[in-house]
Amino acid sequence: MPEMIVCFKEVVDERELKVNPKTQELMTEGITRKISDFDLNAIEEAIRIKEMHGGRATGVIVGLPECKPSIKKALSMGLDRACLLSDPAFAGSDTLTVAAILAAAIRKLGPFDMILCGEASTDGFSAQLGPSLAERLDLPQITAASQVTIEGNQVVAERSLDDGIEVVEASFPVLLSVTKEINKPRLATLKQILAASKKEVLEWKAADLGLSTDAVGLQGSPIVLKRVAAFRMERKNIRLEGTLAEAAERAIRELLREGVL
Amino acid sequence: MKNEEYRNVWVFSEVKEVALELLSLGRQLADSLGVELGALALGNGAEAQASEYIAYGADRVYVGQHPALSRFSVEPYTDLIAGLAGQHRPEVLLIGATKRGKELAPRVATRLGTGCAADCISLTIEGESRALQVERVVYSGNALAMLTYRNRPQVATIPPGIFQRREREENRPGEIILAELPIREPRTRVREVREKEKGSVNIEAAEVVVSCGRGLNHPEDIQLIRELAELLGAEVGCSRPIAADLQWLSEDHWVGLSRHKVRPKLYIACGISGQIQHIAGIRDARIVLAINQDDAAPIFQSADYGIVGDLYQVIPALKEAYQRIVKRES
Repeated sequence: MPEMIVCFKEVVDERELKVNPKTQELMTEGITRKISDFDLNAIEEAIRIKEMHGGRATGVIVGLPECKPSIKKALSMGLDRACLLSDPAFAGSDTLTVAAILAAAIRKLGPFDMILCGEASTDGFSAQLGPSLAERLDLPQITAASQVTIEGNQVVAERSLDDGIEVVEASFPVLLSVTKEINKPRLATLKQILAASKKEVLEWKAADLGLSTDAVGLQGSPIVLKRVAAFRMERKNIRLEGTLAEAAERAIRELLREGVL
Repeated sequence: MKNEEYRNVWVFSEVKEVALELLSLGRQLADSLGVELGALALGNGAEAQASEYIAYGADRVYVGQHPALSRFSVEPYTDLIAGLAGQHRPEVLLIGATKRGKELAPRVATRLGTGCAADCISLTIEGESRALQVERVVYSGNALAMLTYRNRPQVATIPPGIFQRREREENRPGEIILAELPIREPRTRVREVREKEKGSVNIEAAEVVVSCGRGLNHPEDIQLIRELAELLGAEVGCSRPIAADLQWLSEDHWVGLSRHKVRPKLYIACGISGQIQHIAGIRDARIVLAINQDDAAPIFQSADYGIVGDLYQVIPALKEAYQRIVKRES
Protein backbone atom coordinates (compact mmCIF):
# COMPACT_ATOMS: atom_id res chain seq x y z
CA MET A 1 0.00 0.00 0.00
CA PRO A 2 2.16 2.83 -1.23
CA GLU A 3 2.30 6.14 0.56
CA MET A 4 2.38 8.72 -2.23
CA ILE A 5 3.14 12.39 -2.50
CA VAL A 6 2.02 14.31 -5.59
CA CYS A 7 3.59 17.68 -6.28
CA PHE A 8 1.51 20.00 -8.38
CA LYS A 9 1.44 23.62 -9.31
CA GLU A 10 -0.88 26.28 -10.55
CA VAL A 11 -0.10 28.12 -13.78
CA VAL A 12 -1.78 30.78 -15.87
CA ASP A 13 -3.89 29.42 -18.68
CA GLU A 14 -1.53 30.14 -21.56
CA ARG A 15 -4.42 30.51 -23.99
CA GLU A 16 -5.41 33.72 -22.26
CA LEU A 17 -2.00 35.40 -22.24
CA LYS A 18 -1.84 38.90 -23.62
CA VAL A 19 0.93 41.30 -24.43
CA ASN A 20 1.22 44.89 -23.23
CA PRO A 21 1.46 46.70 -26.57
CA LYS A 22 3.58 49.49 -25.08
CA THR A 23 6.24 47.54 -23.20
CA GLN A 24 5.97 44.24 -25.10
CA GLU A 25 5.92 42.62 -21.68
CA LEU A 26 3.64 39.70 -21.05
CA MET A 27 0.60 40.44 -18.90
CA THR A 28 -0.04 37.48 -16.61
CA GLU A 29 -2.30 39.14 -14.08
CA GLY A 30 -6.03 38.61 -14.01
CA ILE A 31 -5.74 35.47 -16.13
CA THR A 32 -7.50 32.23 -15.25
CA ARG A 33 -5.23 29.87 -13.37
CA LYS A 34 -5.28 26.11 -13.66
CA ILE A 35 -3.35 23.05 -12.54
CA SER A 36 -0.41 22.59 -14.90
CA ASP A 37 -1.27 19.94 -17.49
CA PHE A 38 1.41 17.35 -16.68
CA ASP A 39 0.67 17.71 -12.96
CA LEU A 40 -2.88 16.57 -13.66
CA ASN A 41 -1.34 13.43 -15.15
CA ALA A 42 0.70 12.94 -11.97
CA ILE A 43 -2.44 13.31 -9.84
CA GLU A 44 -4.32 10.88 -12.09
CA GLU A 45 -1.49 8.33 -11.93
CA ALA A 46 -1.40 8.43 -8.14
CA ILE A 47 -5.15 7.85 -8.03
CA ARG A 48 -4.86 4.92 -10.44
CA ILE A 49 -2.12 3.37 -8.33
CA LYS A 50 -4.29 3.84 -5.26
CA GLU A 51 -7.23 2.14 -6.99
CA MET A 52 -5.05 -0.89 -7.79
CA HIS A 53 -2.84 -1.15 -4.73
CA GLY A 54 -4.46 0.95 -2.02
CA GLY A 55 -2.38 3.40 -0.06
CA ARG A 56 -2.69 7.12 0.30
CA ALA A 57 -1.93 10.11 -1.92
CA THR A 58 -1.17 13.56 -0.54
CA GLY A 59 -0.99 16.55 -2.85
CA VAL A 60 1.59 19.22 -2.08
CA ILE A 61 1.51 22.64 -3.69
CA VAL A 62 3.53 25.82 -3.31
CA GLY A 63 1.17 28.65 -4.17
CA LEU A 64 -0.87 31.65 -3.23
CA PRO A 65 -3.84 31.26 -0.87
CA GLU A 66 -5.94 31.90 -4.00
CA CYS A 67 -4.99 28.50 -5.40
CA LYS A 68 -7.57 26.74 -3.23
CA PRO A 69 -9.89 25.99 -6.18
CA SER A 70 -7.04 24.02 -7.76
CA ILE A 71 -6.50 22.16 -4.49
CA LYS A 72 -10.18 21.33 -4.40
CA LYS A 73 -10.00 20.07 -7.97
CA ALA A 74 -7.10 17.75 -7.09
CA LEU A 75 -8.98 16.46 -4.04
CA SER A 76 -12.12 15.97 -6.12
CA MET A 77 -10.18 13.85 -8.59
CA GLY A 78 -9.25 11.55 -5.70
CA LEU A 79 -6.25 12.73 -3.68
CA ASP A 80 -6.78 11.97 0.02
CA ARG A 81 -5.47 15.21 1.43
CA ALA A 82 -3.51 18.25 0.42
CA CYS A 83 -0.84 20.46 1.83
CA LEU A 84 -0.65 24.12 0.81
CA LEU A 85 2.72 25.80 1.27
CA SER A 86 2.01 29.47 1.16
CA ASP A 87 3.98 32.39 2.49
CA PRO A 88 4.59 35.87 1.09
CA ALA A 89 8.30 35.06 1.52
CA PHE A 90 8.01 32.34 -1.14
CA ALA A 91 7.19 34.87 -3.89
CA GLY A 92 9.75 34.92 -6.68
CA SER A 93 11.33 31.56 -5.82
CA ASP A 94 13.10 29.91 -8.74
CA THR A 95 12.42 26.26 -9.55
CA LEU A 96 15.24 24.86 -7.46
CA THR A 97 14.10 26.93 -4.48
CA VAL A 98 10.54 25.65 -4.91
CA ALA A 99 12.07 22.17 -4.79
CA ALA A 100 13.72 23.10 -1.47
CA ILE A 101 10.38 24.27 -0.05
CA LEU A 102 8.64 21.09 -1.21
CA ALA A 103 11.46 18.96 0.20
CA ALA A 104 11.06 20.56 3.62
CA ALA A 105 7.31 19.91 3.58
CA ILE A 106 7.68 16.32 2.38
CA ARG A 107 10.16 15.61 5.19
CA LYS A 108 7.68 17.02 7.67
CA LEU A 109 4.85 14.89 6.25
CA GLY A 110 6.81 11.76 7.16
CA PRO A 111 7.85 8.53 5.43
CA PHE A 112 6.67 7.91 1.86
CA ASP A 113 7.23 5.41 -0.94
CA MET A 114 6.78 7.51 -4.06
CA ILE A 115 6.79 11.11 -5.12
CA LEU A 116 5.02 11.87 -8.39
CA CYS A 117 5.22 15.09 -10.33
CA GLY A 118 4.64 16.28 -13.88
CA GLU A 119 7.63 16.09 -16.20
CA ALA A 120 7.45 19.84 -16.80
CA SER A 121 5.08 22.72 -16.19
CA THR A 122 3.18 24.41 -18.99
CA ASP A 123 4.50 27.87 -18.10
CA GLY A 124 8.24 27.46 -17.58
CA PHE A 125 8.63 24.00 -19.13
CA SER A 126 12.05 23.59 -17.56
CA ALA A 127 11.53 20.01 -16.25
CA GLN A 128 13.83 20.79 -13.32
CA LEU A 129 11.59 20.35 -10.33
CA GLY A 130 11.58 16.53 -10.19
CA PRO A 131 15.35 16.00 -10.42
CA SER A 132 16.07 18.84 -8.02
CA LEU A 133 13.59 17.48 -5.47
CA ALA A 134 15.04 13.96 -5.84
CA GLU A 135 18.50 15.38 -5.16
CA ARG A 136 17.28 17.30 -2.09
CA LEU A 137 15.70 14.17 -0.64
CA ASP A 138 18.50 11.86 -1.85
CA LEU A 139 16.16 9.70 -3.92
CA PRO A 140 16.59 7.79 -7.17
CA GLN A 141 14.61 9.43 -9.96
CA ILE A 142 12.72 8.18 -12.99
CA THR A 143 11.92 11.12 -15.26
CA ALA A 144 9.69 11.16 -18.35
CA ALA A 145 7.75 8.09 -17.22
CA SER A 146 5.12 7.17 -19.80
CA GLN A 147 3.97 4.00 -18.02
CA VAL A 148 4.25 3.00 -14.37
CA THR A 149 3.71 -0.38 -12.70
CA ILE A 150 4.07 -1.25 -9.03
CA GLU A 151 5.61 -4.65 -8.25
CA GLY A 152 5.73 -5.18 -4.50
CA ASN A 153 7.96 -2.52 -3.04
CA GLN A 154 9.42 -1.45 -6.33
CA VAL A 155 8.28 0.52 -9.30
CA VAL A 156 8.87 -0.31 -12.95
CA ALA A 157 8.51 2.49 -15.44
CA GLU A 158 8.88 3.09 -19.14
CA ARG A 159 10.75 6.27 -19.93
CA SER A 160 10.24 8.11 -23.14
CA LEU A 161 13.70 9.37 -24.10
CA ASP A 162 15.01 11.14 -27.21
CA ASP A 163 16.37 7.99 -28.79
CA GLY A 164 14.09 5.28 -27.49
CA ILE A 165 12.18 3.71 -24.63
CA GLU A 166 14.02 2.69 -21.50
CA VAL A 167 12.37 0.37 -18.98
CA VAL A 168 13.80 0.97 -15.51
CA GLU A 169 13.07 -0.24 -12.02
CA ALA A 170 13.80 1.19 -8.59
CA SER A 171 12.89 0.24 -5.06
CA PHE A 172 10.86 2.56 -2.84
CA PRO A 173 11.32 5.37 -2.04
CA VAL A 174 11.61 6.88 -5.51
CA LEU A 175 10.64 10.02 -7.41
CA LEU A 176 8.84 9.81 -10.74
CA SER A 177 8.06 12.56 -13.22
CA VAL A 178 5.34 11.64 -15.70
CA THR A 179 4.61 12.61 -19.30
CA LYS A 180 1.31 13.75 -20.71
CA GLU A 181 0.91 10.43 -22.53
CA ILE A 182 0.84 8.32 -19.36
CA ASN A 183 -2.92 8.64 -18.84
CA LYS A 184 -5.99 10.78 -19.37
CA PRO A 185 -6.85 12.78 -16.25
CA ARG A 186 -10.40 12.12 -15.07
CA LEU A 187 -13.14 14.64 -14.48
CA ALA A 188 -14.54 14.53 -10.97
CA THR A 189 -18.19 13.62 -10.45
CA LEU A 190 -20.49 15.92 -8.51
CA LYS A 191 -20.39 13.49 -5.58
CA GLN A 192 -16.60 13.59 -5.55
CA ILE A 193 -16.60 17.38 -5.70
CA LEU A 194 -18.90 17.54 -2.68
CA ALA A 195 -16.81 14.98 -0.78
CA ALA A 196 -13.63 16.96 -1.49
CA SER A 197 -14.75 19.78 0.81
CA LYS A 198 -14.44 17.40 3.75
CA LYS A 199 -10.87 16.36 2.98
CA GLU A 200 -7.97 17.63 5.03
CA VAL A 201 -5.93 20.59 3.77
CA LEU A 202 -2.78 21.37 5.77
CA GLU A 203 -1.41 24.89 5.48
CA TRP A 204 2.21 25.59 6.25
CA LYS A 205 4.32 28.71 6.12
CA ALA A 206 8.11 29.09 5.91
CA ALA A 207 8.44 29.02 9.70
CA ASP A 208 6.43 25.77 9.94
CA LEU A 209 8.97 24.21 7.60
CA GLY A 210 11.97 25.55 9.46
CA LEU A 211 12.94 27.63 6.44
CA SER A 212 14.60 30.98 6.87
CA THR A 213 12.86 33.64 4.80
CA ASP A 214 16.29 34.67 3.43
CA ALA A 215 16.72 31.24 1.89
CA VAL A 216 13.54 31.36 -0.19
CA GLY A 217 11.73 33.71 -2.55
CA LEU A 218 13.32 36.40 -4.62
CA GLN A 219 16.24 37.03 -2.28
CA GLY A 220 17.01 33.36 -1.69
CA SER A 221 16.90 32.17 -5.29
CA PRO A 222 20.10 31.72 -7.29
CA ILE A 223 18.30 32.57 -10.53
CA VAL A 224 17.15 36.15 -11.07
CA LEU A 225 14.34 36.78 -13.52
CA LYS A 226 15.12 40.07 -15.25
CA ARG A 227 12.37 40.35 -17.79
CA VAL A 228 9.68 38.45 -19.63
CA ALA A 229 8.98 39.83 -23.08
CA ALA A 230 6.52 38.71 -25.69
CA PHE A 231 8.08 36.41 -28.24
CA ARG A 232 6.65 37.54 -31.52
CA MET A 233 6.94 35.70 -34.74
CA GLU A 234 7.41 38.05 -37.66
CA ARG A 235 5.10 36.78 -40.37
CA LYS A 236 3.74 38.47 -43.46
CA ASN A 237 0.08 37.59 -42.81
CA ILE A 238 -0.94 37.84 -46.47
CA ARG A 239 -4.36 36.41 -47.30
CA LEU A 240 -4.59 34.95 -50.78
CA GLU A 241 -8.05 35.90 -52.01
CA GLY A 242 -10.11 35.03 -55.07
CA THR A 243 -11.48 31.74 -56.27
CA LEU A 244 -9.74 28.64 -54.96
CA ALA A 245 -7.94 28.18 -58.27
CA GLU A 246 -6.71 31.78 -58.19
CA ALA A 247 -5.62 31.58 -54.57
CA ALA A 248 -3.82 28.30 -55.21
CA GLU A 249 -2.04 29.71 -58.24
CA ARG A 250 -0.96 32.81 -56.32
CA ALA A 251 0.26 30.66 -53.45
CA ILE A 252 2.47 28.56 -55.72
CA ARG A 253 3.84 31.66 -57.48
CA GLU A 254 4.63 33.39 -54.18
CA LEU A 255 6.34 30.28 -52.80
CA LEU A 256 8.43 29.91 -55.97
CA ARG A 257 9.34 33.59 -55.76
CA GLU A 258 10.36 33.16 -52.12
CA GLY A 259 12.63 30.33 -53.25
CA VAL A 260 11.09 27.82 -50.87
CA LEU A 261 9.68 25.43 -53.48
CA MET B 1 32.77 30.85 -1.50
CA LYS B 2 32.82 34.15 -3.33
CA ASN B 3 31.79 34.38 -6.98
CA GLU B 4 35.26 35.68 -7.92
CA GLU B 5 36.78 32.42 -6.78
CA TYR B 6 35.11 30.59 -9.65
CA ARG B 7 36.83 30.57 -13.01
CA ASN B 8 36.53 28.93 -16.46
CA VAL B 9 33.72 27.60 -18.59
CA TRP B 10 32.87 23.89 -18.70
CA VAL B 11 30.72 21.90 -21.07
CA PHE B 12 29.20 18.43 -20.94
CA SER B 13 26.89 16.33 -23.05
CA GLU B 14 26.57 12.57 -23.15
CA VAL B 15 25.89 12.94 -26.89
CA LYS B 16 29.10 13.72 -28.77
CA GLU B 17 27.49 15.90 -31.47
CA VAL B 18 25.82 18.03 -28.82
CA ALA B 19 29.08 18.31 -26.88
CA LEU B 20 30.75 19.72 -30.01
CA GLU B 21 28.02 22.36 -30.34
CA LEU B 22 28.49 23.29 -26.68
CA LEU B 23 32.25 23.55 -27.19
CA SER B 24 31.65 26.18 -29.85
CA LEU B 25 29.36 28.18 -27.55
CA GLY B 26 31.64 27.56 -24.57
CA ARG B 27 34.65 28.81 -26.55
CA GLN B 28 32.89 32.12 -27.26
CA LEU B 29 31.92 32.58 -23.62
CA ALA B 30 35.39 31.58 -22.36
CA ASP B 31 37.03 34.02 -24.78
CA SER B 32 34.80 36.87 -23.74
CA LEU B 33 35.58 36.09 -20.08
CA GLY B 34 39.28 35.58 -20.87
CA VAL B 35 39.33 32.13 -19.27
CA GLU B 36 39.90 28.48 -20.22
CA LEU B 37 37.35 26.14 -21.72
CA GLY B 38 37.01 22.79 -19.99
CA ALA B 39 35.03 19.76 -21.14
CA LEU B 40 33.96 16.55 -19.46
CA ALA B 41 34.22 13.21 -21.26
CA LEU B 42 32.65 10.34 -19.34
CA GLY B 43 32.10 6.66 -19.96
CA ASN B 44 33.31 4.27 -22.62
CA GLY B 45 35.68 5.75 -25.16
CA ALA B 46 36.05 8.91 -23.11
CA GLU B 47 39.75 9.21 -23.82
CA ALA B 48 39.32 9.18 -27.59
CA GLN B 49 36.54 11.73 -27.18
CA ALA B 50 38.82 13.94 -25.12
CA SER B 51 41.25 14.52 -28.01
CA GLU B 52 38.31 15.31 -30.27
CA TYR B 53 37.04 17.85 -27.75
CA ILE B 54 40.43 19.54 -27.76
CA ALA B 55 40.38 19.70 -31.56
CA TYR B 56 36.97 21.39 -31.30
CA GLY B 57 38.00 24.06 -28.82
CA ALA B 58 38.56 22.65 -25.31
CA ASP B 59 41.73 23.65 -23.41
CA ARG B 60 41.31 20.94 -20.81
CA VAL B 61 39.28 17.74 -20.73
CA TYR B 62 38.41 15.81 -17.59
CA VAL B 63 38.03 12.11 -18.34
CA GLY B 64 35.97 9.78 -16.16
CA GLN B 65 36.10 6.05 -16.86
CA HIS B 66 34.56 4.36 -13.84
CA PRO B 67 32.49 1.25 -14.78
CA ALA B 68 29.38 2.93 -13.32
CA LEU B 69 29.77 5.62 -16.00
CA SER B 70 29.81 3.24 -18.96
CA ARG B 71 26.18 4.01 -19.79
CA PHE B 72 24.43 7.18 -18.76
CA SER B 73 22.79 7.04 -15.37
CA VAL B 74 21.90 10.22 -13.58
CA GLU B 75 23.22 9.37 -10.11
CA PRO B 76 26.84 8.43 -10.87
CA TYR B 77 27.02 11.18 -13.49
CA THR B 78 25.86 13.69 -10.88
CA ASP B 79 28.46 12.35 -8.43
CA LEU B 80 31.26 12.87 -10.90
CA ILE B 81 30.24 16.18 -12.45
CA ALA B 82 29.22 17.85 -9.19
CA GLY B 83 32.33 16.40 -7.54
CA LEU B 84 34.65 17.81 -10.20
CA ALA B 85 32.87 21.16 -10.32
CA GLY B 86 33.11 21.37 -6.53
CA GLN B 87 36.87 20.81 -6.75
CA HIS B 88 37.71 23.01 -9.72
CA ARG B 89 34.97 25.63 -9.42
CA PRO B 90 34.04 26.61 -12.99
CA GLU B 91 32.02 29.81 -13.22
CA VAL B 92 29.86 28.48 -16.07
CA LEU B 93 28.68 24.89 -16.62
CA LEU B 94 26.84 24.19 -19.88
CA ILE B 95 24.99 20.89 -20.27
CA GLY B 96 23.27 19.64 -23.45
CA ALA B 97 19.48 19.73 -23.04
CA THR B 98 18.81 16.18 -24.17
CA LYS B 99 16.27 14.36 -21.99
CA ARG B 100 19.20 12.86 -20.09
CA GLY B 101 21.02 16.18 -19.81
CA LYS B 102 17.84 17.76 -18.49
CA GLU B 103 17.52 15.22 -15.68
CA LEU B 104 21.20 15.67 -14.83
CA ALA B 105 21.64 19.46 -14.74
CA PRO B 106 19.11 20.26 -11.97
CA ARG B 107 20.58 17.51 -9.77
CA VAL B 108 24.11 18.81 -10.29
CA ALA B 109 23.03 22.41 -9.64
CA THR B 110 21.07 21.43 -6.53
CA ARG B 111 24.02 19.52 -5.13
CA LEU B 112 26.27 22.50 -5.78
CA GLY B 113 23.75 24.86 -4.17
CA THR B 114 23.48 26.96 -7.28
CA GLY B 115 20.94 27.85 -9.96
CA CYS B 116 20.15 26.24 -13.29
CA ALA B 117 18.39 27.70 -16.32
CA ALA B 118 16.91 25.19 -18.76
CA ASP B 119 16.80 25.26 -22.56
CA CYS B 120 18.72 28.49 -23.04
CA ILE B 121 18.75 29.74 -26.61
CA SER B 122 20.90 32.81 -26.09
CA LEU B 123 23.79 33.22 -23.66
CA THR B 124 25.92 36.30 -23.14
CA ILE B 125 28.31 37.63 -20.54
CA GLU B 126 27.34 40.86 -18.81
CA GLY B 127 30.47 42.98 -18.94
CA GLU B 128 31.23 44.20 -15.44
CA SER B 129 29.69 41.53 -13.26
CA ARG B 130 30.97 38.70 -15.51
CA ALA B 131 27.54 37.18 -14.91
CA LEU B 132 25.98 34.88 -17.46
CA GLN B 133 22.79 36.23 -18.91
CA VAL B 134 20.50 33.76 -20.67
CA GLU B 135 17.26 33.76 -22.61
CA ARG B 136 14.74 30.94 -22.66
CA VAL B 137 11.32 30.44 -24.17
CA VAL B 138 8.46 30.30 -21.69
CA TYR B 139 4.64 30.16 -21.76
CA SER B 140 4.49 27.63 -24.58
CA GLY B 141 6.53 29.72 -26.94
CA ASN B 142 4.70 32.98 -26.28
CA ALA B 143 7.40 34.75 -24.35
CA LEU B 144 11.09 35.00 -23.84
CA ALA B 145 12.45 35.20 -20.30
CA MET B 146 15.77 36.81 -19.55
CA LEU B 147 17.54 35.39 -16.52
CA THR B 148 20.78 35.84 -14.71
CA TYR B 149 22.54 34.20 -11.77
CA ARG B 150 23.46 35.14 -8.23
CA ASN B 151 25.64 32.12 -7.48
CA ARG B 152 28.38 30.13 -9.15
CA PRO B 153 28.72 27.90 -11.04
CA GLN B 154 26.10 29.21 -13.42
CA VAL B 155 24.47 26.07 -14.80
CA ALA B 156 22.56 26.18 -18.08
CA THR B 157 21.17 23.52 -20.40
CA ILE B 158 21.30 24.17 -24.15
CA PRO B 159 18.98 22.48 -26.66
CA PRO B 160 20.70 20.50 -29.41
CA GLY B 161 20.88 22.22 -32.78
CA ILE B 162 20.98 25.83 -31.57
CA PHE B 163 24.72 26.41 -31.96
CA GLN B 164 26.98 25.32 -34.81
CA ARG B 165 30.12 23.35 -34.06
CA ARG B 166 33.45 24.99 -34.92
CA GLU B 167 35.91 23.86 -37.55
CA ARG B 168 38.03 20.97 -36.34
CA GLU B 169 41.59 22.14 -35.58
CA GLU B 170 44.33 19.50 -35.87
CA ASN B 171 47.12 19.70 -33.28
CA ARG B 172 45.32 22.17 -31.08
CA PRO B 173 47.07 22.11 -27.68
CA GLY B 174 45.11 20.89 -24.69
CA GLU B 175 45.43 18.90 -21.53
CA ILE B 176 43.69 15.63 -20.64
CA ILE B 177 43.15 14.95 -16.95
CA LEU B 178 42.00 11.64 -15.51
CA ALA B 179 39.28 12.28 -12.96
CA GLU B 180 39.23 9.92 -9.99
CA LEU B 181 36.34 10.54 -7.66
CA PRO B 182 34.11 8.41 -5.46
CA ILE B 183 31.05 7.35 -7.43
CA ARG B 184 28.04 5.50 -6.14
CA GLU B 185 26.18 2.82 -8.07
CA PRO B 186 22.81 4.00 -9.42
CA ARG B 187 19.70 3.01 -7.50
CA THR B 188 17.71 2.59 -10.73
CA ARG B 189 18.28 -0.50 -12.86
CA VAL B 190 17.68 -0.65 -16.59
CA ARG B 191 15.59 -3.68 -17.52
CA GLU B 192 15.23 -3.11 -21.19
CA VAL B 193 15.93 -0.58 -23.89
CA ARG B 194 13.93 -0.51 -27.09
CA GLU B 195 13.57 1.76 -30.04
CA LYS B 196 10.59 4.00 -30.34
CA GLU B 197 8.11 2.81 -32.89
CA LYS B 198 8.59 4.95 -35.90
CA GLY B 199 8.89 5.01 -39.61
CA SER B 200 11.81 6.57 -41.39
CA VAL B 201 10.66 10.14 -40.88
CA ASN B 202 13.12 12.75 -39.75
CA ILE B 203 10.81 15.71 -39.75
CA GLU B 204 13.23 18.03 -38.00
CA ALA B 205 15.60 17.84 -40.96
CA ALA B 206 12.92 18.24 -43.66
CA GLU B 207 13.18 21.21 -46.05
CA VAL B 208 9.47 21.25 -46.76
CA VAL B 209 6.75 19.97 -44.44
CA VAL B 210 3.08 19.47 -45.32
CA SER B 211 1.24 19.14 -42.05
CA CYS B 212 -2.32 18.27 -41.12
CA GLY B 213 -4.61 18.74 -38.13
CA ARG B 214 -8.18 18.31 -36.98
CA GLY B 215 -9.44 19.66 -40.29
CA LEU B 216 -9.03 16.12 -41.64
CA ASN B 217 -12.19 14.04 -41.36
CA HIS B 218 -10.97 10.48 -41.78
CA PRO B 219 -7.67 8.66 -41.31
CA GLU B 220 -7.64 7.65 -44.99
CA ASP B 221 -7.68 11.33 -45.96
CA ILE B 222 -4.05 11.56 -44.91
CA GLN B 223 -3.49 10.25 -48.43
CA LEU B 224 -4.43 13.72 -49.68
CA ILE B 225 -1.68 15.24 -47.52
CA ARG B 226 0.79 12.57 -48.64
CA GLU B 227 0.10 13.30 -52.30
CA LEU B 228 0.83 16.99 -51.90
CA ALA B 229 3.93 16.18 -49.85
CA GLU B 230 5.17 13.78 -52.49
CA LEU B 231 4.64 16.30 -55.26
CA LEU B 232 6.62 18.95 -53.35
CA GLY B 233 9.29 16.58 -52.05
CA ALA B 234 8.09 17.19 -48.52
CA GLU B 235 7.70 15.21 -45.30
CA VAL B 236 4.27 14.78 -43.73
CA GLY B 237 3.75 16.42 -40.35
CA CYS B 238 0.79 16.76 -38.05
CA SER B 239 -0.49 18.53 -34.97
CA ARG B 240 -0.98 16.89 -31.59
CA PRO B 241 -4.51 15.47 -32.02
CA ILE B 242 -3.57 13.51 -35.15
CA ALA B 243 -0.61 11.78 -33.45
CA ALA B 244 -1.64 11.68 -29.80
CA ASP B 245 -5.42 11.43 -29.61
CA LEU B 246 -6.43 9.93 -32.95
CA GLN B 247 -3.11 8.17 -33.64
CA TRP B 248 -3.57 8.45 -37.39
CA LEU B 249 0.16 9.15 -37.70
CA SER B 250 3.09 8.05 -35.54
CA GLU B 251 4.72 10.43 -33.08
CA ASP B 252 7.66 11.14 -35.35
CA HIS B 253 5.28 13.20 -37.50
CA TRP B 254 4.08 15.27 -34.54
CA VAL B 255 5.16 18.91 -34.75
CA GLY B 256 4.86 21.03 -31.64
CA LEU B 257 6.32 22.20 -28.40
CA SER B 258 6.39 18.81 -26.73
CA ARG B 259 7.60 16.83 -29.78
CA HIS B 260 9.41 17.89 -32.91
CA LYS B 261 10.44 21.43 -33.63
CA VAL B 262 10.90 21.86 -37.35
CA ARG B 263 12.92 24.38 -39.32
CA PRO B 264 11.94 23.89 -42.96
CA LYS B 265 12.11 26.44 -45.75
CA LEU B 266 8.38 25.95 -46.17
CA TYR B 267 5.72 24.73 -43.75
CA ILE B 268 2.23 24.13 -45.10
CA ALA B 269 -0.38 23.83 -42.35
CA CYS B 270 -3.56 22.15 -43.61
CA GLY B 271 -6.58 22.22 -41.31
CA ILE B 272 -4.48 23.11 -38.27
CA SER B 273 -6.11 25.63 -35.95
CA GLY B 274 -2.79 26.94 -34.66
CA GLN B 275 -2.72 26.31 -30.92
CA ILE B 276 0.33 27.98 -29.42
CA GLN B 277 1.93 24.64 -28.61
CA HIS B 278 1.89 23.85 -32.30
CA ILE B 279 3.14 27.31 -33.25
CA ALA B 280 6.08 26.85 -30.89
CA GLY B 281 7.14 23.90 -33.06
CA ILE B 282 7.15 25.89 -36.33
CA ARG B 283 8.76 29.07 -35.08
CA ASP B 284 11.90 28.45 -37.14
CA ALA B 285 10.13 27.75 -40.43
CA ARG B 286 11.13 30.32 -43.03
CA ILE B 287 7.75 30.58 -44.74
CA VAL B 288 4.42 29.31 -43.44
CA LEU B 289 1.40 28.75 -45.69
CA ALA B 290 -1.84 28.09 -43.83
CA ILE B 291 -5.01 26.56 -45.20
CA ASN B 292 -8.05 26.62 -42.97
CA GLN B 293 -11.78 26.82 -43.36
CA ASP B 294 -12.13 29.06 -40.34
CA ASP B 295 -11.29 32.63 -41.24
CA ALA B 296 -10.59 33.37 -37.54
CA ALA B 297 -8.26 30.41 -36.91
CA PRO B 298 -5.17 31.60 -35.02
CA ILE B 299 -2.90 29.81 -37.50
CA PHE B 300 -3.37 32.72 -39.90
CA GLN B 301 -1.65 35.09 -37.47
CA SER B 302 1.40 32.85 -37.56
CA ALA B 303 1.40 32.41 -41.33
CA ASP B 304 3.02 34.33 -44.16
CA TYR B 305 0.38 33.26 -46.63
CA GLY B 306 -3.12 32.13 -45.88
CA ILE B 307 -5.92 30.58 -47.90
CA VAL B 308 -9.33 30.47 -46.30
CA GLY B 309 -11.05 27.38 -47.64
CA ASP B 310 -11.83 23.72 -47.35
CA LEU B 311 -8.58 21.77 -47.48
CA TYR B 312 -10.35 19.03 -49.46
CA GLN B 313 -10.67 21.57 -52.27
CA VAL B 314 -7.61 23.73 -51.69
CA ILE B 315 -5.07 20.89 -51.74
CA PRO B 316 -6.15 19.55 -55.16
CA ALA B 317 -6.12 23.15 -56.44
CA LEU B 318 -2.57 23.62 -55.12
CA LYS B 319 -1.42 20.39 -56.75
CA GLU B 320 -2.98 21.40 -60.02
CA ALA B 321 -1.45 24.89 -59.90
CA TYR B 322 1.99 23.52 -58.99
CA GLN B 323 1.97 21.00 -61.82
CA ARG B 324 0.79 23.56 -64.33
CA ILE B 325 3.19 26.35 -63.33
CA VAL B 326 6.30 24.29 -62.69
CA LYS B 327 5.76 22.22 -65.82
CA ARG B 328 5.19 25.25 -68.01
CA GLU B 329 8.18 27.10 -66.65
CA SER B 330 10.63 24.21 -66.76
